[in-house]
Amino acid sequence: MNLTAKLRSDTLIIRVEEDRLDAAVAIRFKDRMREETAPASARVVLDLSRVVFLDSSGLGAVVAVMKSLAPERRLELAGLTPNVEKVFHLTRMDTVFPIHADVDAALAEGLRDAG
Amino acid sequence: MLAERRSLTETRSKRGTAQVFHLSFLADPLSVRAALCATRARFARQMSEDEAGTLELVLAEVLNNIVEHGYGADETGTITLSMVRDRCSMICSVSDDGVELPARCLDHLWDGGPSRPAPEDLPEGGFGWFLIRDLAEDLGYHREGGRNLLTFRLPLQALSSDETGADSDHP
Repeated sequence: MNLTAKLRSDTLIIRVEEDRLDAAVAIRFKDRMREETAPASARVVLDLSRVVFLDSSGLGAVVAVMKSLAPERRLELAGLTPNVEKVFHLTRMDTVFPIHADVDAALAEGLRDAG
Repeated sequence: MLAERRSLTETRSKRGTAQVFHLSFLADPLSVRAALCATRARFARQMSEDEAGTLELVLAEVLNNIVEHGYGADETGTITLSMVRDRCSMICSVSDDGVELPARCLDHLWDGGPSRPAPEDLPEGGFGWFLIRDLAEDLGYHREGGRNLLTFRLPLQALSSDETGADSDHP
């Protein structure tokens, strides 16, 4: 499970460097996210633009990460590809995550809120 | 179940040579992943990107369920997947030698059963069967001789006859 993280001002951006977030990697994803989100930041944005397949195990892992960050930080999502977006929509979990078109949009929103 | 089996037979006889795609693999997460990728590659030219994504999701939920609940932690088992592309659907059957599928897995999907996971409760699971039920049609389950057989149909945009995967109507 490859993740890359970078801090842009007060926003931690974590990119999933995998094509699939599925049952085969769900537990590893949660463990790696715990490591990557350890540094303090105001926001955490999960960049899913490379992920083309998400199943309910992957979705459950993303929800688990969100819960592990609460209440101090809220997990935001960016760059959902069509098949990934479909899973969030069908399960209505798109109603509980802030979802941005891409990382730039997520960062722009942060600036707007700050300004 | 019988209805699905009949329609599968009909598809073959009508087209004469319509190919059934068979795949047997170990019931573990990485083998499931490989099977999903092989299936997607096999049928890529016979459906849209969107349809291929939906099929992969339904199959993943069915197969993950077998890996997780059908076989015990120390047990190794195999899963057999059979699929055929009909003119306007994909007909799938999945069989395994694991434990019987609890009736509640299917029963609770019908009217009057427990509701689906509520997003505001931040559920980490329990979505699988609802996704299957939302996306697949003619879901059937049958157990015989210690084997589970789950069948379903995924409606797809109709193809012209030369795209169905049949070699031809005149072999």
